[in-house]
Amino acid sequence: MSHHIVEVQDLTYTYPDGTGAVRGISFRIHHGESVAVVGANGAGKSTLLLHLNGYLTPQSGTVRIGDFPLTKATLRDIRRTVGMVFQDPDDQLFMPTVYEDVAFGPLNLGLPQDEVAQRVQNALARVGVEHLKERPPYKLSGGEKRAVSIATVLAMSPDILVMDEPSSNLDPRSRRTLIELLAGFQHTKIIATHDLDLVLDLCPRTIVIREGRIMADGPTRAIFENDQLLAESHLEKPLRLQACPVCCRHPVDEAP
Amino acid sequence: MANIESALHDLGYLDTLAAKDTTIHRLDPRVKVLTAVVFALCVVSFDKYVIAAMLPFALFLSLIMGLGDIPAHFVLKKLVLVSPFALLLGMFNPFLDQQTLLYLGPMPISGGWLSFVSILLRFCLTVGAMLTLIATTGFNGVCMALEKMGVPKIFAVQLLVLYRYIFVLMAEGQRMYRARTLRSFQGRGAEMKTFAHLIGTLLLRTLDRAERIHLAMLCRGFDGTIHIRRVPRLTARDILLFTLSNVILISMRRYDCSLLLGQWLTGLVQ
Repeated sequence: MSHHIVEVQDLTYTYPDGTGAVRGISFRIHHGESVAVVGANGAGKSTLLLHLNGYLTPQSGTVRIGDFPLTKATLRDIRRTVGMVFQDPDDQLFMPTVYEDVAFGPLNLGLPQDEVAQRVQNALARVGVEHLKERPPYKLSGGEKRAVSIATVLAMSPDILVMDEPSSNLDPRSRRTLIELLAGFQHTKIIATHDLDLVLDLCPRTIVIREGRIMADGPTRAIFENDQLLAESHLEKPLRLQACPVCCRHPVDEAP
Repeated sequence: MANIESALHDLGYLDTLAAKDTTIHRLDPRVKVLTAVVFALCVVSFDKYVIAAMLPFALFLSLIMGLGDIPAHFVLKKLVLVSPFALLLGMFNPFLDQQTLLYLGPMPISGGWLSFVSILLRFCLTVGAMLTLIATTGFNGVCMALEKMGVPKIFAVQLLVLYRYIFVLMAEGQRMYRARTLRSFQGRGAEMKTFAHLIGTLLLRTLDRAERIHLAMLCRGFDGTIHIRRVPRLTARDILLFTLSNVILISMRRYDCSLLLGQWLTGLVQ
């Protein structure tokens, strides 16, 4: 369990209909790093994420997670190492009750019953939704569903968390709770999002993707100061970094 | 689409009822499923002109509903909603079978009418029993019991997932319907053709979602088997109540209680 490195090299992926979604992407993410993947709609973020847990296998190039290259033989280990949180919690929560949903992964790992119960308990406590244990997922609010989705992944004790738009459809308070929760995690985090203010809070490093290629990879603050790059990638400077519309003063420089 | 909305609401209401805590709710799901099956078998196995002998079963069902704190108006409403099926089944009986079987005072009653009423009664009893079963056990409880009793796991899981996603599907259909209604005027845009497109889109979306759900399962180590929660062990109380209720049901089937009561009462009067 020493190095949870995510290494992608010259990855390309073309969909059967001929759309080149990923066209030669390389990066290396180190243990404990928190990295944002940003870009326009259809830039290839989701396709890239689907490679990180082996749902898609590289058409060319390689993906390495920790000590394993991504192949059919290592799939099981990789899925156990990489926890994936989907954009729509209704896709992720498919069991009749919250408890069973969180237990789904650990049971598949073949863990004994009492260990499973312990893990479910811990995961639910970690995201603060123990009281929802017996509820059916379709009766939860958006924020609760998101929290439970994260718990389902935590129960597998992954080393790397991959999230697709974690803050979408959340009210500001739930979004803030989520950010605080994620900030407390020690895992390596890879977050695809359009919420650049969230990136500013959580990810010291940002990768900008445009049309399947990496436009920029570096410190978040430097990337968000680059107006031209942001405009070309269909992005906008986070509100917090923009001049105040009332007093026209630029924000006081604060460390990200 | 008000009826889809209310159907969705009613499904949710069944779950609310199932979350109550009464003597009936606390029984093991298997006991309730088996008893409901025995109940239904007894009712449908009566001869086709029988009415009075079935009435004790109605009493039994009302007793269970009362103990389970299930509001009668909810069950009655559901019965009325699905009754057209039974009405359709039996409505020609009075015309086809005109042989007079009994006299109610001076009025002759034909066998057709008797069997028609009998069909309706059977229908109300069996559907009512199933509704009561789900309202006191919860759909998930029923599925778990079925699995435990030897129904192949794949069916139990299918049912569970079906129930989980019926809410999502209906909500999605409802949103699409609403979107269409808001942009159709005076019947234009509300033709059958757009409806076909609507259904088609819904199917495609469903397939997409199925793929995403499968992906979510794979990400958490899904290998073809779903582990569903075990129902707890049977207690002595479960077994006792199961035996008691089934003895009552079977004796009600065996002996015509209404007739016996009638004879006893007339004997008392004389």
